[in-house]
Amino acid sequence: MFLFVVFALIALAAAVGVITSRKPVYSALFLLLNFATLAALYIMVEAQFLAAVQIIVYAGAVIVLFLFVVMLIGGGELDDIGGRNKKFLARLTWPRGIALVLGLGLLVAVGYGLLSGQLMTATNDAAAFGQGSVQAIAAVLYTDYALPFELASILLLVGMIGAVALAQPPKKD
Amino acid sequence: MVPLSWYLILAAALFCIGVFGALARRNAVGILMGIELMLNAVNINLVAFWRHIGPDQMTGQLFAIFVITVAAAEAAVGLALIIAIYRQRNTVNVEEIDMMKG
Repeated sequence: MFLFVVFALIALAAAVGVITSRKPVYSALFLLLNFATLAALYIMVEAQFLAAVQIIVYAGAVIVLFLFVVMLIGGGELDDIGGRNKKFLARLTWPRGIALVLGLGLLVAVGYGLLSGQLMTATNDAAAFGQGSVQAIAAVLYTDYALPFELASILLLVGMIGAVALAQPPKKD
Repeated sequence: MVPLSWYLILAAALFCIGVFGALARRNAVGILMGIELMLNAVNINLVAFWRHIGPDQMTGQLFAIFVITVAAAEAAVGLALIIAIYRQRNTVNVEEIDMMKG
Protein backbone atom coordinates (compact mmCIF):
# COMPACT_ATOMS: atom_id res chain seq x y z
CA MET A 1 0.00 0.00 0.00
CA PHE A 2 2.70 2.38 1.11
CA LEU A 3 4.96 1.27 -1.73
CA PHE A 4 2.21 1.82 -4.26
CA VAL A 5 1.76 5.40 -3.09
CA VAL A 6 5.49 6.06 -3.33
CA PHE A 7 5.75 4.58 -6.82
CA ALA A 8 2.61 6.38 -7.95
CA LEU A 9 3.91 9.72 -6.72
CA ILE A 10 7.28 9.19 -8.41
CA ALA A 11 5.54 8.19 -11.65
CA LEU A 12 3.29 11.23 -11.55
CA ALA A 13 6.12 13.60 -10.73
CA ALA A 14 8.24 12.13 -13.53
CA ALA A 15 5.32 12.50 -15.95
CA VAL A 16 4.93 16.14 -14.95
CA GLY A 17 8.67 16.50 -15.47
CA VAL A 18 8.30 15.06 -18.98
CA ILE A 19 5.84 17.70 -20.08
CA THR A 20 7.32 20.67 -18.23
CA SER A 21 11.04 20.32 -19.03
CA ARG A 22 12.15 22.88 -21.55
CA LYS A 23 14.86 20.67 -22.98
CA PRO A 24 13.86 17.46 -24.80
CA VAL A 25 16.79 15.57 -23.29
CA TYR A 26 15.44 16.13 -19.79
CA SER A 27 11.99 15.12 -21.00
CA ALA A 28 13.35 11.85 -22.36
CA LEU A 29 15.20 11.11 -19.13
CA PHE A 30 12.12 11.86 -17.02
CA LEU A 31 10.21 9.52 -19.33
CA LEU A 32 12.81 6.85 -18.58
CA LEU A 33 12.21 7.34 -14.85
CA ASN A 34 8.46 7.07 -15.43
CA PHE A 35 8.85 3.80 -17.34
CA ALA A 36 11.13 2.32 -14.67
CA THR A 37 8.62 3.22 -11.96
CA LEU A 38 5.82 1.59 -13.92
CA ALA A 39 7.92 -1.56 -14.18
CA ALA A 40 8.15 -1.61 -10.38
CA LEU A 41 4.35 -1.24 -10.24
CA TYR A 42 3.99 -4.22 -12.60
CA ILE A 43 6.13 -6.30 -10.26
CA MET A 44 3.82 -5.28 -7.41
CA VAL A 45 0.85 -6.81 -9.24
CA GLU A 46 2.94 -9.90 -10.02
CA ALA A 47 3.25 -9.31 -13.74
CA GLN A 48 6.95 -10.05 -13.80
CA PHE A 49 7.25 -10.71 -17.51
CA LEU A 50 5.52 -7.43 -18.33
CA ALA A 51 7.88 -5.62 -15.98
CA ALA A 52 10.86 -7.10 -17.82
CA VAL A 53 9.32 -6.20 -21.18
CA GLN A 54 8.64 -2.69 -19.91
CA ILE A 55 12.29 -2.23 -18.98
CA ILE A 56 13.69 -3.87 -22.13
CA VAL A 57 11.38 -2.37 -24.72
CA TYR A 58 10.49 0.99 -23.23
CA ALA A 59 13.39 1.90 -20.99
CA GLY A 60 15.82 0.23 -23.34
CA ALA A 61 14.76 0.59 -26.94
CA VAL A 62 12.23 3.41 -27.07
CA ILE A 63 14.08 5.80 -24.77
CA VAL A 64 17.35 5.20 -26.59
CA LEU A 65 15.53 5.95 -29.85
CA PHE A 66 14.14 9.17 -28.38
CA LEU A 67 17.52 10.24 -27.03
CA PHE A 68 19.15 9.37 -30.35
CA VAL A 69 16.72 11.55 -32.30
CA VAL A 70 16.96 14.38 -29.78
CA MET A 71 20.73 14.34 -30.03
CA LEU A 72 20.57 14.03 -33.82
CA ILE A 73 18.37 17.05 -34.39
CA GLY A 74 19.90 19.01 -31.54
CA GLY A 75 17.21 19.27 -28.92
CA GLY A 76 17.74 22.86 -27.94
CA GLU A 77 20.90 24.14 -26.36
CA LEU A 78 22.36 21.63 -23.98
CA ASP A 79 23.58 23.71 -21.10
CA ASP A 80 26.99 22.92 -19.75
CA ILE A 81 27.00 19.19 -19.13
CA GLY A 82 30.60 19.43 -18.00
CA GLY A 83 30.38 22.69 -16.12
CA ARG A 84 33.78 22.23 -14.59
CA ASN A 85 34.11 25.78 -13.43
CA LYS A 86 30.92 25.69 -11.39
CA LYS A 87 30.26 24.33 -7.95
CA PHE A 88 28.08 21.24 -7.60
CA LEU A 89 25.15 23.17 -6.15
CA ALA A 90 25.31 25.78 -8.88
CA ARG A 91 25.02 23.02 -11.49
CA LEU A 92 22.02 21.58 -9.69
CA THR A 93 19.33 23.25 -11.76
CA TRP A 94 15.73 22.29 -11.06
CA PRO A 95 15.41 19.36 -13.49
CA ARG A 96 18.54 17.81 -12.08
CA GLY A 97 17.42 18.42 -8.51
CA ILE A 98 14.01 16.90 -9.10
CA ALA A 99 15.51 14.00 -11.03
CA LEU A 100 17.97 13.37 -8.21
CA VAL A 101 15.20 13.29 -5.61
CA LEU A 102 12.91 11.11 -7.73
CA GLY A 103 15.66 8.71 -8.75
CA LEU A 104 16.80 8.28 -5.17
CA GLY A 105 13.17 7.85 -4.15
CA LEU A 106 12.75 5.04 -6.69
CA LEU A 107 15.95 3.39 -5.51
CA VAL A 108 14.92 3.57 -1.84
CA ALA A 109 11.40 2.34 -2.59
CA VAL A 110 12.63 -0.61 -4.67
CA GLY A 111 15.19 -1.46 -2.00
CA TYR A 112 12.55 -1.28 0.72
CA GLY A 113 10.20 -3.43 -1.36
CA LEU A 114 12.86 -6.05 -1.95
CA LEU A 115 13.97 -6.15 1.68
CA SER A 116 10.44 -6.28 3.07
CA GLY A 117 9.48 -8.94 0.53
CA GLN A 118 6.65 -6.97 -1.07
CA LEU A 119 8.33 -7.08 -4.47
CA MET A 120 9.38 -10.69 -4.13
CA THR A 121 7.02 -13.49 -4.95
CA ALA A 122 9.91 -15.64 -5.93
CA THR A 123 11.08 -19.01 -4.99
CA ASN A 124 13.55 -20.80 -7.20
CA ASP A 125 10.79 -22.47 -9.16
CA ALA A 126 9.82 -20.68 -12.37
CA ALA A 127 6.25 -21.93 -12.16
CA ALA A 128 5.88 -20.26 -8.76
CA PHE A 129 5.68 -16.93 -10.54
CA GLY A 130 2.10 -17.85 -11.40
CA GLN A 131 0.14 -16.04 -14.03
CA GLY A 132 2.72 -13.35 -14.61
CA SER A 133 5.47 -15.74 -15.63
CA VAL A 134 6.94 -16.26 -19.07
CA GLN A 135 5.56 -19.79 -19.00
CA ALA A 136 1.96 -18.76 -18.40
CA ILE A 137 2.07 -15.98 -20.98
CA ALA A 138 3.74 -18.07 -23.64
CA ALA A 139 1.22 -20.88 -23.18
CA VAL A 140 -1.58 -18.49 -24.13
CA LEU A 141 0.32 -16.29 -26.58
CA TYR A 142 1.34 -19.12 -28.89
CA THR A 143 -2.02 -20.89 -28.85
CA ASP A 144 -5.09 -18.72 -28.40
CA TYR A 145 -3.38 -15.52 -29.49
CA ALA A 146 -1.26 -16.90 -32.32
CA LEU A 147 -2.98 -14.78 -34.97
CA PRO A 148 -2.56 -11.45 -33.11
CA PHE A 149 1.03 -12.50 -32.42
CA GLU A 150 1.71 -12.97 -36.13
CA LEU A 151 -0.04 -9.70 -36.92
CA ALA A 152 2.13 -7.94 -34.35
CA SER A 153 5.23 -9.34 -36.03
CA ILE A 154 4.00 -8.04 -39.39
CA LEU A 155 3.31 -4.67 -37.77
CA LEU A 156 6.86 -4.55 -36.43
CA LEU A 157 8.24 -5.49 -39.85
CA VAL A 158 6.20 -2.76 -41.54
CA GLY A 159 7.24 -0.30 -38.86
CA MET A 160 10.89 -1.19 -39.36
CA ILE A 161 10.70 -0.84 -43.15
CA GLY A 162 8.76 2.39 -42.80
CA ALA A 163 11.28 3.86 -40.39
CA VAL A 164 14.20 2.96 -42.66
CA ALA A 165 12.41 4.30 -45.74
CA LEU A 166 11.38 7.55 -44.04
CA ALA A 167 14.77 8.24 -42.55
CA GLN A 168 16.56 7.85 -45.89
CA PRO A 169 18.37 11.00 -46.90
CA PRO A 170 16.67 12.68 -49.87
CA LYS A 171 18.08 11.69 -53.24
CA LYS A 172 20.13 14.29 -55.01
CA ASP A 173 19.13 14.50 -58.63
CA MET B 1 -3.69 -5.74 -2.10
CA VAL B 2 -3.91 -2.20 -3.38
CA PRO B 3 -7.51 -1.37 -4.37
CA LEU B 4 -8.35 -1.32 -8.05
CA SER B 5 -9.54 2.27 -7.90
CA TRP B 6 -6.07 3.49 -6.91
CA TYR B 7 -4.57 2.04 -10.05
CA LEU B 8 -7.35 3.57 -12.12
CA ILE B 9 -6.78 6.97 -10.54
CA LEU B 10 -3.05 6.76 -11.19
CA ALA B 11 -3.65 5.67 -14.78
CA ALA B 12 -6.19 8.43 -15.34
CA ALA B 13 -3.80 11.03 -13.95
CA LEU B 14 -0.94 9.79 -16.13
CA PHE B 15 -3.24 9.71 -19.15
CA CYS B 16 -4.34 13.30 -18.54
CA ILE B 17 -0.73 14.43 -18.15
CA GLY B 18 0.05 12.66 -21.43
CA VAL B 19 -2.90 14.31 -23.19
CA PHE B 20 -1.77 17.69 -21.95
CA GLY B 21 1.78 16.99 -23.12
CA ALA B 22 0.62 15.84 -26.54
CA LEU B 23 -1.56 18.92 -26.97
CA ALA B 24 0.59 21.59 -25.37
CA ARG B 25 4.12 20.78 -26.49
CA ARG B 26 5.36 22.50 -29.59
CA ASN B 27 8.31 20.18 -30.04
CA ALA B 28 7.27 17.17 -32.12
CA VAL B 29 9.44 14.89 -29.99
CA GLY B 30 7.60 16.15 -26.91
CA ILE B 31 4.29 15.27 -28.53
CA LEU B 32 5.48 11.71 -29.12
CA MET B 33 6.53 11.52 -25.47
CA GLY B 34 3.03 12.58 -24.43
CA ILE B 35 1.61 9.78 -26.58
CA GLU B 36 3.97 7.29 -24.94
CA LEU B 37 2.73 8.44 -21.52
CA MET B 38 -0.86 7.84 -22.62
CA LEU B 39 -0.08 4.34 -23.90
CA ASN B 40 1.59 3.52 -20.60
CA ALA B 41 -1.43 4.73 -18.66
CA VAL B 42 -3.58 2.36 -20.70
CA ASN B 43 -1.18 -0.45 -19.86
CA ILE B 44 -1.56 0.22 -16.15
CA ASN B 45 -5.32 -0.05 -16.54
CA LEU B 46 -5.06 -3.33 -18.44
CA VAL B 47 -2.71 -4.90 -15.92
CA ALA B 48 -4.73 -3.68 -12.93
CA PHE B 49 -7.96 -5.07 -14.37
CA TRP B 50 -6.21 -8.36 -15.14
CA ARG B 51 -4.99 -8.59 -11.57
CA HIS B 52 -8.24 -7.66 -9.83
CA ILE B 53 -10.92 -9.16 -12.04
CA GLY B 54 -9.55 -12.21 -13.79
CA PRO B 55 -6.04 -13.30 -12.81
CA ASP B 56 -6.68 -16.67 -14.44
CA GLN B 57 -7.39 -15.17 -17.82
CA MET B 58 -4.34 -13.74 -19.49
CA THR B 59 -6.21 -11.28 -21.70
CA GLY B 60 -5.15 -8.17 -19.81
CA GLN B 61 -1.47 -8.99 -19.86
CA LEU B 62 -1.51 -10.02 -23.50
CA PHE B 63 -3.26 -6.81 -24.47
CA ALA B 64 -0.59 -4.91 -22.58
CA ILE B 65 2.11 -6.76 -24.52
CA PHE B 66 0.44 -5.92 -27.83
CA VAL B 67 0.09 -2.29 -26.74
CA ILE B 68 3.83 -2.23 -26.03
CA THR B 69 4.48 -3.71 -29.49
CA VAL B 70 2.35 -1.07 -31.16
CA ALA B 71 3.98 1.65 -29.08
CA ALA B 72 7.45 0.55 -30.13
CA ALA B 73 6.48 0.53 -33.82
CA GLU B 74 4.76 3.89 -33.41
CA ALA B 75 7.81 5.44 -31.77
CA ALA B 76 10.11 4.17 -34.52
CA VAL B 77 7.93 5.44 -37.36
CA GLY B 78 7.11 8.71 -35.59
CA LEU B 79 10.74 9.51 -34.90
CA ALA B 80 11.67 8.64 -38.49
CA LEU B 81 8.97 11.06 -39.64
CA ILE B 82 10.40 13.74 -37.37
CA ILE B 83 13.88 13.19 -38.81
CA ALA B 84 12.49 13.38 -42.36
CA ILE B 85 10.65 16.61 -41.57
CA TYR B 86 13.72 18.04 -39.88
CA ARG B 87 15.76 17.35 -43.02
CA GLN B 88 13.16 19.09 -45.13
CA ARG B 89 12.25 22.09 -42.98
CA ASN B 90 15.10 22.33 -40.47
CA THR B 91 12.65 22.53 -37.59
CA VAL B 92 10.65 20.23 -35.34
CA ASN B 93 8.32 22.95 -34.09
CA VAL B 94 4.87 21.73 -35.08
CA GLU B 95 3.59 25.29 -35.48
CA GLU B 96 6.06 25.91 -38.27
CA ILE B 97 5.28 22.62 -40.03
CA ASP B 98 2.27 23.73 -42.04
CA MET B 99 2.88 22.42 -45.54
CA MET B 100 -0.69 21.16 -45.67
CA LYS B 101 -2.15 24.49 -44.50
CA GLY B 102 -4.08 22.85 -41.70
